[in-house]
Amino acid sequence: MALDMKRRDLNIRIEELTRVEGHGNVVVDVSRGRVKEARFEVVESPRFFEVMLRGRRYDEAQHIMSRICGICAVSHTSASLKAIESAMGMSISRRSTLLRKLAMCGEMIQSHILHIHFLAIPDLVNAGSIIPLIKTHPEIARAGLHVKKIANDICRVVAGRHIHPISLFPGGVVHTPEKDELRNLKRHLQGLFEHLDLTVEFLLDHPFPSYTRPREFISLKMRGEYGIYNGEPFSSMGYPLNTTTYTKRIKEFVVPYSTAKKARSKAGGFMVGALARLNNNVRNLRARAKKALSRLKIKIPSYNPFMNNHAQLVECFHFTEEALCIIDTLLDMELKDEPPAKPRGYGRGIGIVEAPRGILYHEYRINRDGIIEDVNCIIPTAQNQIPIEEDLRGFVETILDRPREEVRWLIEVLVRAYDPCISCSTHMMDVTFV
Amino acid sequence: MIPLERKPRIGFFSFTCCEGCQLMFLSCEEELPGILEHIEIVNFREAMTERSEDYEIAFVEGSISRKEEIPKLKRIRDTARVVVAFGACSSTGGINALKNRFPMDELKRLVYGKKSPVDTIPVVPIDSIIPVDVYIHGCPVPEKELLRVLKDLLLGKTPRIPNYPVCTDCKMAGNICVFEKGMGCVGPVTRGGCDAICVSYGCVCWGCRGVVDDPNISAHRGTLRKYGLTEEDILRSFSLYGSGYEKKRPEHKD
Repeated sequence: MALDMKRRDLNIRIEELTRVEGHGNVVVDVSRGRVKEARFEVVESPRFFEVMLRGRRYDEAQHIMSRICGICAVSHTSASLKAIESAMGMSISRRSTLLRKLAMCGEMIQSHILHIHFLAIPDLVNAGSIIPLIKTHPEIARAGLHVKKIANDICRVVAGRHIHPISLFPGGVVHTPEKDELRNLKRHLQGLFEHLDLTVEFLLDHPFPSYTRPREFISLKMRGEYGIYNGEPFSSMGYPLNTTTYTKRIKEFVVPYSTAKKARSKAGGFMVGALARLNNNVRNLRARAKKALSRLKIKIPSYNPFMNNHAQLVECFHFTEEALCIIDTLLDMELKDEPPAKPRGYGRGIGIVEAPRGILYHEYRINRDGIIEDVNCIIPTAQNQIPIEEDLRGFVETILDRPREEVRWLIEVLVRAYDPCISCSTHMMDVTFV
Repeated sequence: MIPLERKPRIGFFSFTCCEGCQLMFLSCEEELPGILEHIEIVNFREAMTERSEDYEIAFVEGSISRKEEIPKLKRIRDTARVVVAFGACSSTGGINALKNRFPMDELKRLVYGKKSPVDTIPVVPIDSIIPVDVYIHGCPVPEKELLRVLKDLLLGKTPRIPNYPVCTDCKMAGNICVFEKGMGCVGPVTRGGCDAICVSYGCVCWGCRGVVDDPNISAHRGTLRKYGLTEEDILRSFSLYGSGYEKKRPEHKD
């Protein structure tokens, strides 16, 4: 009973989209078979982090900025630390760099699994949450719970906890894990692959919709590694982009219906996150992740936003292997407490890292007393707003022959594929640095 | 407190915050399947599609920072028998209250420019709008405390809120006092129950659990001075989580 796509009028408004982080609405307005309006409205209460940080001391910044987001707290902390350290001329030891990278691996896996198992998979089996899956699909539900727990343990060992990490501090890492803790972690991490394999099988058995639209991908890129802590911003369009020119190339603007700003590059809207990283950095994936990529039949570059779910799963393989490598390196080193490096200057500093949902930018200006005077952040979900709306527009026109409820449901699945982190997204500001 | 004829129905609600405290609940991975045998979760926007307006216990996360949030919060109070202030933002205002140092118009202009689409009011904890039955403090809430409070509520017990300073936890954890390491700390007057995790992991107590009910202010002031901290350092430490010595709760008008 196909509906006439060409004549169809359809008005869909989803208030407070569920199974995403934060508060957002989706509005799609179709008139005579054409999408007139497709909006992703962020209605999260703004928190004014950029202003909250003003007048605070440099060594409080990472603590405050971590509170932007409960899921990607390690990423915000890391970007914040890099900005502080670059402004104040502090360099950190190899041990500290490795520990920070290890915590980031933990956060990536934890956040991706939370999204895949708790937020996305219920859509594939017509469930409203993971709760009924514990009874109906116990294997996949328990695999998700287990991998997430071990990922949280990585952050717990390095930083005390994964929600608002403690030991990541300007100038280094102020806690040293015991080698026994690291060995124990290694043992558990080695056991994760079988659970991840199960998730691969599950996604192969439960296909997502297919929809492709060419677009620009922006992520960090680093020679010789799949850069998430180190590296320079890179665009799949090939124009030059780097840390210091990022805000020249990427512009943010305000729209009346949203408390998050949108961002566009000179080429228009661009996508960030797991799929962007995978497309830009596929060569630097570790072996098991490459195997998962081919098993999941992802062709690179992939322009299908639904594949962001699969890209996250591939990254879970990668970051599990990466974490194992880092642990091996740490186990070969002499690990002891180190006092954090002291500030050697002041001024302006930028910190860029890859958060689970994409490239994350913090920029601070710190005065000679170590007090923060100006702050600018560019957050992944703000950068993803335009491609979300462009995909809504394009995708909805291809499914207009479906019943209203199904269209509504597919819209939710599409937005959820981006894994939007809305509480993060409401903190932009325009700052003119002098 | 809870009727026995059915599983207690629980809702999780979120106002202005990072949603980290809700995530802390989802992070009880080992306990979750067991917990779900005993409760029914009927409202949890972050993790489930279904919503219901019929629940006994409401876990309310986040502070109040917009006018629209006030009627929503009052509706939760009208529905739930037990309202739990869930985490620092909700129980003391938390980090969000840092914005109260600035006039609201200036804030909007600074972040969103002249054409600001947003409305914002000074941040307040939820108990300045509605009565609260139980507090779980912390940024984020400790997993152990969350599970203990939940268990107490299910057994019909009144959960005990720790009312001893973080120093007690710190001694139990065997930490060296951070004052001896040349750092300042608000642990001597901050509510414990967190295992002094921040000190154990190399930092100081930042005061996220708010001030104990009867803080020994003069002793703490003396300690801070003895270790050579300036007046400014002291005030700064206390302003991070809005935990000044005096509890200031601005009266709220609709």
